[in-house]
Parts: sequence; structure tokens; C-alpha cells
Amino acid sequence: MRTDTITAIATALSDSGIGIIRISGARAIEVADKVIKLKEKKKRIYDCPTHTVHYGFVVDGAEIIDEVIVIVMKAPRSYTREDTIEINCHGGILVTNKILDLVIKNGARPADPGEFTKRAFLNGRIDLAQAESVIDIIHAKNDFALKSSVSQLNGAVSDAISDLRGKILHEIAYIESAIDDPEHYQLEDYGIVLSGKLDLILDRVNELLKNAENSSILKEGINTVIVGKPNSGKSSLLNTLVGKERAIVTEIAGTTRDAIEEQIRLNGISLNVIDTAGIRATEDKVEKIGVNKAKEYLEKSDLIIYVIDASVSLTSDDKEIIKMIKDRNVIVLLNKSDLTAIIQEEDLKKYLDKKIISVSAKYRTGIEDLEHAIEEMFFHGKIKMNDEVYITNARHKSSLLCARNSLGLVKQSIEEGMPEDFYSFDLMNAYEELGKIIGESVEDDLVNEIFSKFCMGK
Amino acid sequence: MSCIVEHYDICVVGAGHAGCEAALAASRLGLNTMLFTISIDSIALMPCNPNIGGTSKGHLVREIDALGGEMAKNIDKTFLQSKMLNRSKGPAVHSLRAQADKAAYSTEMRKTLQSQERLTIKQAEVAEIMADEKNGTYVITGVKTVSGGTYHAKAVILCTGTYLKARCLTGEMVSHTGPNGLLAANYLSDSLKSYGVEIFRFKTGTPARIDKNSIDFSKMKEQFGDEKVVPFSFTTNPDDVQIDQVSCWLTYTNEKTHEIIKRNLDRSPLFAGIIEGTGPRYCPSIEDKVVKFADKDRHQVFIEPEGLLTNEMYVGGMSSSLPEDVQYQMYRTVPGLEHAKIVRNAYAIEYDCINPNQLDPTLEFKNIKGLFCGGQFNGSSGYEEAACQGLIAGINASMYIKGKEPLVLDRSEAYIGVLIDDLVTKENNEPYRMMTSRAEYRLILRQDNADLRLSEKGYEVGLLPKERYDWVLEKKKMIAVEMERVSKVMIGANKKVQDFLLSCGSIPLNTGTSLAELIRRPELTYEALLPIDENRPDLPEEVREQVNINIKYDGYITRQMKQVEQFKKLEKKKLSKDMDYDDIYGLRIEAAQKLNKIKPVSIGQASRISGVSPADISVILIYLEQRKYRKEGK
Repeated sequence: MRTDTITAIATALSDSGIGIIRISGARAIEVADKVIKLKEKKKRIYDCPTHTVHYGFVVDGAEIIDEVIVIVMKAPRSYTREDTIEINCHGGILVTNKILDLVIKNGARPADPGEFTKRAFLNGRIDLAQAESVIDIIHAKNDFALKSSVSQLNGAVSDAISDLRGKILHEIAYIESAIDDPEHYQLEDYGIVLSGKLDLILDRVNELLKNAENSSILKEGINTVIVGKPNSGKSSLLNTLVGKERAIVTEIAGTTRDAIEEQIRLNGISLNVIDTAGIRATEDKVEKIGVNKAKEYLEKSDLIIYVIDASVSLTSDDKEIIKMIKDRNVIVLLNKSDLTAIIQEEDLKKYLDKKIISVSAKYRTGIEDLEHAIEEMFFHGKIKMNDEVYITNARHKSSLLCARNSLGLVKQSIEEGMPEDFYSFDLMNAYEELGKIIGESVEDDLVNEIFSKFCMGK
Repeated sequence: MSCIVEHYDICVVGAGHAGCEAALAASRLGLNTMLFTISIDSIALMPCNPNIGGTSKGHLVREIDALGGEMAKNIDKTFLQSKMLNRSKGPAVHSLRAQADKAAYSTEMRKTLQSQERLTIKQAEVAEIMADEKNGTYVITGVKTVSGGTYHAKAVILCTGTYLKARCLTGEMVSHTGPNGLLAANYLSDSLKSYGVEIFRFKTGTPARIDKNSIDFSKMKEQFGDEKVVPFSFTTNPDDVQIDQVSCWLTYTNEKTHEIIKRNLDRSPLFAGIIEGTGPRYCPSIEDKVVKFADKDRHQVFIEPEGLLTNEMYVGGMSSSLPEDVQYQMYRTVPGLEHAKIVRNAYAIEYDCINPNQLDPTLEFKNIKGLFCGGQFNGSSGYEEAACQGLIAGINASMYIKGKEPLVLDRSEAYIGVLIDDLVTKENNEPYRMMTSRAEYRLILRQDNADLRLSEKGYEVGLLPKERYDWVLEKKKMIAVEMERVSKVMIGANKKVQDFLLSCGSIPLNTGTSLAELIRRPELTYEALLPIDENRPDLPEEVREQVNINIKYDGYITRQMKQVEQFKKLEKKKLSKDMDYDDIYGLRIEAAQKLNKIKPVSIGQASRISGVSPADISVILIYLEQRKYRKEGK
């Protein structure tokens, strides 16, 4: 099968604990050797016998990234039956990610969903009975990769990539039309025109890459949605959470009509919190859009925080919300505990059997209980952080790099005065790479574009 | 009433471009072959444009030639004008296109067929195929004609073109005929349906032919052929094709033309909804162009000769199904055609063809053993597309009878491979035309190296003569030796060299370099460097050309070869035809359905089916592995 070298983060990520980066494939040792400097003088990863543990540093040139423990396992005595290196670092999302990036930069490829397990199986490591679970893992991870391409991809990024792809495809289609129907479309001086267009496209790819370095393309963390009727105190809650932690990573306002997103870190757990429009039956058009959006977010969420104003009684709107969320991971907040409560915990339990906490978002009481509740759910595995996000991010970054490289090659072909046919070769590669980020393959795009944009034929 | 009963190895139905190649291949491979045609005068008829070749189609013709087919030789004997298109755009897209003398083309092909041993030609309409049922699949036993004749055969090749239930439309006028007013074949579709064959309805169209004497050529731009004509066939002596060429003419439609078309759209059978068939997007009627590209104020019109012995001129770019009176108005708005007399009206034609997904890449029906097919019957379009399928069907029907390995070309070996793979694998909703953009590995699928790519295959199946194959082997050796030499020869930075480089507009050397490095410079070529390459051996032009291309573009070619390697890995993972994809745990229902329908022969083909995702491919790989273990366990 494939013998190229793959990598991924093998551990669940959080701010504490150990992070493991796994590398597997024919070049695993070579890649590891480039990024790891062992403590023992003059000793290199190449020299390490199989199944040995070593102490050293991950280095990027002269810069030390982290102090690590390295485990060397040579083929076939490893999980994948390929040469495998495991780098145990001190964890922390940033460091683990940085090491992953470095490993990729030095020749490994981000693993496809479930690829380690797939290789293990295809190399005969896993017995037959496990085959079905292998398929399940591949499906689960692949579903996530697909889902993440759609839902977790920052809307602006996805738009930008679609737009760039459209532009690239148009140029390929133009070249192809001129090649297929030379009497209708000419390519005189086209190289110069294309070169100018490529500069603009490259600028934007570089911008995307810079953003990818600074933060990430994908939103990380547990997708947490705050819902409730209007005026139940959702926004004050968000402000309280944010204000207290002061650990906002990004703030994406206005990505949707009226949902606000914040990234919060609670004791090492990353939350991607979305404050939605209050849900109620409404005839107002704009508000209706917001309400529908809120329902959409609910569908995609990992955790729901349902805020109820304890000072007013439940209405049909609440019943509507309860119906939507009753089978999900929910924490109920009885807000405005500072006011006289009309709704009691016991009353509510009859409708919705979930963890219920009394809080006052305004006076910040009960917030710690909420944090504990989230932590508890996380550490008991009831809610999971999507670790796949990191590797998916790495994949996206590497696709952007490949696309940039291909576009550069087109420019080089133009500068070297190569005939136009050679432009489409690399343009197509760039188009394909960008497609991987937003989960689109090539299929018959080109032929369709040619026919829809260019008047061809006899 | 007693009827004729005869026995053949192979029956070929239809003597168009596919049928001719199929019949020639079969009889040349030693099989007793019967070729049926609805009219003996319409052998190798060109009912539409008077060209052979063109972009990507020229590649197909070269590939046919390299495998031992006839088309290239026939056009070399009968062309009126020839051009190598795209000369400036890179070697992979250079394409030969020739204007044909239609009548001569047809006559020459007929002569070749008639003098071919083991080949019988008969004018008859085939009405039925005959097949026995064996364990749920059919095995072909022959065909029956309308007149009741029974022709037993071990294999049958259907190349019915546009004749099945054909219907021609010119405005409100509908006639149930094939192209050029020839008889349609009205029975065979129903016979096929009774064997469960899925039928599509496609349409295509052709422009009017105008009397040369009524055209004012002074208002048009003359289009000449190449000064030095390159033959299509690798075996044609280039000296034999340096003829006095006949010109074509360029003119344009204008707003007045478009105005007339728009005003009469309601009388177009296409827009009025009378036409049910799906037409090809690449050769739209002028009505289509005017509607779809409303922003264009003019379209090109090429006036092309149909032959030396006819006054008809083909009006390229203006195919139409508008009524006769509108055709007159419309054509007469075009500069030079003000007094045009129409010899034959433009028309649209509708016909039955099959969903080619029912075929294996060998062009044999999956469910009817021994039934092969090629050409427009398979949902393609174009003479060259038809011919290459006919050739492959002819070869594989012969291999089937001889019990030998079939010939299947993959996407990295030939445009023919791309074409057939697309037809049998992908969803095809319109007459399929070859395009350079469909060939993802086209940098290595050039028309100049078709002989190097395919001669071995042609020789192995038995179509290409040994002398020809030996020459190709010799040529390959010469290319390799010269490439080796060119990368080793060092050129010093002496005065002669520097002066020479300056005279070519090339930067002088800082230090000595190899000859190959100099060839890679955009402004230089292998040929141009002769003056500073003192020990250059005397080599044939075709060898020099290969050396130049392979060295000049080796960076791109090497990268493409890497893609091909990846591609080949998946093609080599074979899938059995008796796999039931419903049984595979974890495969999505949509994917399983598609896979069961197509029954791909390899993981590679499976991955090209629309609706089959990479995750599905992983699942199949794991399933295969599982099955292997199980077998080994036993």
C-alpha cells in the first residue's frame, strides 16, 4: 500500500498532561531525526535501537520548542507495522500543535481520517474480528472531517477558498477552451495576464496561510450553544464567562445574522461558545432568521446551556425549546436567582431531567458551579472535544502550502516562457488542493466550466 | 418460406467509422467476418463535418494508427488540406486536422474493405440479435436481418451510429430517416430492450451545405493549410502528402443573423420541445449559441469544401434545426453568403443509443457475452471517437473468440483509454466528445509519441506487422542513446559557443554546461543547437523530435510520471466482477448501488465513479483484505 509517512496527534488535547505526536511510515525515523536533538552527545535517532526510550529536545533549527521523550519502534514491531516514532511532549495545545507542524514541514503528511488504524489493519496488525470496528473508526473520523469542512470551517475562510477556486478554474477553462478550440479563443500574451491574476490569488493564499499560522482555520474546542427565550440573560452569561476568564482567543462577530461566537478556555478546556438569538415564535422576518439560525446551531452543538429566567413562568416557547434539546448534553441555568424565583428546580425536573444550576449572571453567582459541571462532563467523557480539529487544521495548512507551491510553479512556467499547456497542469493541482480544504473534489468541474463559460465547437 | 442461414465468426452491424475499423481488425486477426450496412454506398460516410482529426481527436487517429487501425492511412490518401493546430501551445496539445474529400474517403475505405481477406460485406438491416441464456446471463449466437436471414456468429459488434429509430428535424418537418435521408433502423432497439439493454435518446445536428458557385469568397478570409504537411499515419511517407491543398474560408455571423434566429425560435424544434434527445454541448446549434451566449455579437463561420467532385460547401459553426425558409434568411445575412443556394438543408437528428455504463472496458456488454459495440451507439460523438472504439471492439471480440487476454488501455496509456473509461464509468448525459482537458496525463499522451506508447500493444494483439514494430523498437533505442549522449556532452564557454548563443538571443555561458541544459532554454531547441554540437549523429526527424521534447520538458514529464505511478497503483488493485457490494459492511447505500451497477474492474475505476467517496474506497480495501485473510485461513 502507501508507503509515505504520516503524522497526527495521538492524544486527547488539553492544556495539561502529555501530548503525543505519532509519526509512521518509511521515512518516520528520517523525519524524527530532523526535528529531535537527543540529550546524549552525538547520538541521533538513527542510532536508536527499536523499542527504546530517549530524552531530548524538539528543535526548529536553533530554536528549542520543547523537552521531550521519544519512543522508537521499528517495523514491523509497531502498531502500523511501519517504522513509528512517538514524541511525548509536555502537552499544551500550542506546543503539541507546533511540533505537529514542524514534523509536517520536515516531510510527513497529515494523516487521513483513521489512517493509522487503516494501515495497522492493511499491514496485518489487527485481526479480522476487528475489521468492522476499523471501518467504523474510518467512518466516524471521516464524517468528522467532512462535517468540520462544512460546519467548523470559518465561514469567511470557506468563502475565500471557494472564490479562489472559482478564479483558478476559470483560467484553466480559458486555457483549455483555447487549446480545444484554437480558432475561437486565442492565447496571445495570455501569460502576462495570467501572471497578474496569479499575484492576486497568491496574495490571498498567503493571507489565508498567515491566518492559519496565527490561529487556525478551524474553530477549536467544544461547540457550546447558549439558548433560551429572549431576555432570559443569555448575553449577560456570555459576558460573565468571557469577562472572568479573559482568555478570548478570537472574536468572530456577525458571522451570522445575530449569533455571537467567543472562544473561552475553562481550566484547560476549550469552549467555542455561541450566543444565539432568543427562541420564540415570531412573525418578524429578521428575528425569524435569527431563530432558525439558533435552531441550526443547536443541531451542530456538543453542549447546550439552556438559560431560563427563573423570575417568570415557563411558556410554550420554553416547551418548544425543551422538546428540541431533551436528548442532548444540556446544562440548565436557572438565571436571575437574585430575584424572586417563580420556577423551582423540582418543577423543571418534571419536564427536563438534566443538571440544573441556579445562577445570577448579573451578580456572578453560581458561575463556578457551571464551570465544575462542564469540567465534570468533560472528564467523564460525556462531552468530547474534537481532537480531529487539529489534524484537520494541519491538513488544511498543508493543502494551502501545496496550492501556493503549485501556483508558484505556474508563475515560473510563465517566466521561463513555457507554452500555455504547461500552465494548466499546475493550476489544476492548485485547484485540487484548495478543494480538499472545503471538501470538494474535481469530478467534471472543468468540462462543465468550459461549456458554460465558453462558446465552443463547430 | 425458407430463409438464408449463414455462419461467421463475427458479425459487425454498421459500416461507419466504428464498423469499418471493427470489421478490418476482426478479419485481419484471422476471423471470418460479416459486415452489414444499411446502404452499401454509405460505407465510411461522413454525414457531418468534412474533417478528420482536430484537438484531441487527432491524438485518437494517431493512436488508432499505432495499434494497426485504418483511419490515419485512409485520410492520408484522401485529404484536401491539413493543419497542425496549437503549434505554439506545447507539444502535448499539438493536433493534426485534415479536411477530407468525403466521397474519396468513403471510396478508399470501401476499396480497403473489399480487398480484405475473410471479410464479407452485405447490404441489409439487422433487426434482432440472438442470444442463449445461461445462468442469468446471455451468450450471443448471431443476428437476424429484416428479410429473415439468420447469421450465426460467436461474437457480434454493434456500430449502428445514429440510425436506430432515427428521426431528422428541420423546423416543423420531421422525417423518420437516418442521416442524409438514408433509411433508419427501426427494429434493433426493441430487440436490445428485450435483453434488458438500457436505451438513451441523444441528438446531434449538422449545418446546411451551400452551392460553392453561389458564394462570394471575396468577402471572406482565406484559410490555408500548413506549408509542410505532416501525415497522420506513422507509416505514410511524408513526401507523399505534400499536395496542392484546397482552402477553407472564414466569415462571421452578425446581429442581423442573431435577430432572425431569435425571432424564429418558436419554430425551432429544439426550443419548441419537439426534440426529446440530449444534444452535445460542444457543438451547439447556432440557435443554442445565440441564446446561451447572448452577449456575443458575432460567431465564426467556416466555409469548408466537401470534396473535389462536389460543389457543396460545409458551413461550419452554423448547424441548425430551424425551418428551411428561416435557414435561407439566416445564412444569407452572413457576408459572402448573400446569394447562397442551399444544396442540403441543415437538420437535427435524434437516435437511440445505449447507456455505456452497461459495458466493460473491453466494450463488451456485461450481461451479454460476445456482444461488443462501438461508436455513437455507445453514446459518443465524432468520427474519430467512433473509429477508435470500433477498433477496440473489433480486437476484443477477436480476443474473446480466441480465448486470449482482451486489450484494455488505461487513462495513462492513451486518449482511447480515457475515452472508454469515461464512457463505461462516468455518468454520460450527452454525446461524448474527446477533449484534451479530459486527459489528466496528457503531457505524456502526445500525438507525436503514440507509436512509442502503443505499437507494442498493437503488435501483441496481432494487428501491427512485425517490421513496423521492429522499427519502433529501433527508434526507441535511438532516442535513448541520443538522450544519454546529449546529457553527457559538455559545451564549453568558448568564443564560438558564446557568439552562437548571442546570435540565438540566448545568454552566454558563465561556465561549461551540458547540451541538455541548453536544450532546456526556452529560446533554444535540439535542432537549433546543431552548429555547436560537433559529434551529432545523423538521426531521423522523428527521433530528433522525441529527444527535443523529452529533454526540454523533462521536469513536467517527470512530475506527470509520478502522478501516473500513483494512478497505476490503484488500477492494479483488481476487483472481481462477482463482488456484491451490498454485502460489504460499512459501505454507504448510494455507493453500493453505483458499484453494483458499474462493477468496476479495479479500485482505480471504482474511485472515479461519481458518488463513491474516498471513505468508501477505504472500506472496500479493508473488505478485500478481510477476504484475503479468510481465504488464506482456509
